[in-house]
Amino acid sequence: MKGTKAYDRVRLARANGRPTSLDYISHLFTDFTELHGDRYFADDAAVVGGVGWLREQPVTVIGIEKGRSAKERAQRNFGAPNPEGYRKALRLMKQAEKFGRPVVCFVDTSGAYCGIGAEERGQGRAIADNLNEMMALRVPVVSVLIGEGGSGGALALAAADRVWMLENAVYSVISPEGCASILWKDAARAAEAAESLCLTAEDALRLGVAEQIIPEKDIGKSVFYRQLQAALYHELAQLCRLPEDVLLAQRYERFRRIGRWDEEA
Amino acid sequence: MAFIQFLLKPKNELEYGGRKAAVQSDENEPVQTCPNCHKEIPLSLLYANASVCPCGHHFRMKARQRIRFLTDEGSFVEQDAQIVSKDALHFPGYEGKLGSARSISGEPEAVICGTASFQGQRCCVFFMESSFMMASMGSAVGEKITRLFEQATQLRLPVVGFTVSGGARMQEGLLSLMQMVKTSAAVRRHSDAGLFYCAVLTDPTTGGVTASFAMEADVILAEPDALIGFAGPRVIEQTTRKKLPNRFQKAEFLLEHGFVDAIVPRGQLSARLGGLLKLHDPDRKGWCDWHEGHEGV
Repeated sequence: MKGTKAYDRVRLARANGRPTSLDYISHLFTDFTELHGDRYFADDAAVVGGVGWLREQPVTVIGIEKGRSAKERAQRNFGAPNPEGYRKALRLMKQAEKFGRPVVCFVDTSGAYCGIGAEERGQGRAIADNLNEMMALRVPVVSVLIGEGGSGGALALAAADRVWMLENAVYSVISPEGCASILWKDAARAAEAAESLCLTAEDALRLGVAEQIIPEKDIGKSVFYRQLQAALYHELAQLCRLPEDVLLAQRYERFRRIGRWDEEA
Repeated sequence: MAFIQFLLKPKNELEYGGRKAAVQSDENEPVQTCPNCHKEIPLSLLYANASVCPCGHHFRMKARQRIRFLTDEGSFVEQDAQIVSKDALHFPGYEGKLGSARSISGEPEAVICGTASFQGQRCCVFFMESSFMMASMGSAVGEKITRLFEQATQLRLPVVGFTVSGGARMQEGLLSLMQMVKTSAAVRRHSDAGLFYCAVLTDPTTGGVTASFAMEADVILAEPDALIGFAGPRVIEQTTRKKLPNRFQKAEFLLEHGFVDAIVPRGQLSARLGGLLKLHDPDRKGWCDWHEGHEGV
């Protein structure tokens, strides 16, 4: 799919019928037990989390879930988490740390929800907390972007040791529509904005934001899940072998080196 | 209610404990109209009053002006000024925007970093500059903030930071988004070393800056009336099609919901920061040392 226009990728990433986090969870893990609630305010249906087995090893799994039917999509707020969703995710990550099991995140969101309640309950603080805590989490985290990676709302589950992207997943600082309407006062120029934002999986790889691109040739088929399961298993096995301080130092370095600037003498 | 708040507000900067300045104003002087009291204020008066209207309204303030007004005289030493943004993704129009941002703001970048002291308490400081592309965070801003926290950790110094930002700089795409993690990681290491970080949120602090280092401080102060949030009010209004509550996302709203520690008028900031820094001095003798020396007293 190399050469596909950026905005076509955005459309593919958003398409209904694409596997959602729950599909990945049910195919990759056995005996998944969903755990609910952030212990402060509510249970956010846009974030699904729990514990399960990756082959013979226990893992904590967290995913942003857009929902599959129209009714479920509405019930899950179209995969736009509120602060309680991020706080639930953080609670589960800290639980994983306590019990020494790695964390797998599936990211698929247009962004953190923009709402009055979300602001009242500290959307910014919730995301900041996740970034901050994930930088010190003593177990490995692998995040897989399976569809849309919408800005800070996606990042809050992707401050990880490894970030993988599906071939047609996108990862962006702002939606192409939002970017076009701010810059050119014209949301119709979203396709143009999408090209400029460098939001495709290839871009993310080139910029050092992602480590691996997962081909979509067999997406949704059992061979697709089997291969992804094997890849996750091997990656986590490698990461779990690292001493804690090495794991944390590498995670720090992973983000530390990202950025391009000029340094004038 | 608004009327009562108006009456309770200190009438001028001097009541806030601000610095006194003898100001001569003449009638031909340029003025600025206050959006709160609608009076015309001579610019020299406004400047001498740290851009606070006698009615208490806080105007936005340039970073350099803030440094002059808030830090101990002559204490500020700038660093990393050589780090500047570049158009790494060849984003349409960005190069030109950087050029005009530099000439409008008179600054090479949207944040100024260095060391300074408040009432004799030395610390690492950063001041964001709103007139530089609304102090959006690109790679250069992220790198400067990260280096500042790394240096503070190494030197065992506290950090005081003044935030203002429209969020991540979209012209740098994913590179700017990742600065949220990069800065958060450096803040975390500084914090894990037992060092103190105080953020002062000024108008407006939003987006990726709110969702990273602005909200990660040990103590979070805000200036009166400052707009603080993740999503901007217009975006929320468009998304939800609901009328936003009165004073939504203002500093007072954040205080009420538990996200800032205190609202501090500009005139009181130096004293408050000095006090907090002294309280968190990493070199001061602890309770145990004190107790041993004073046994039997």
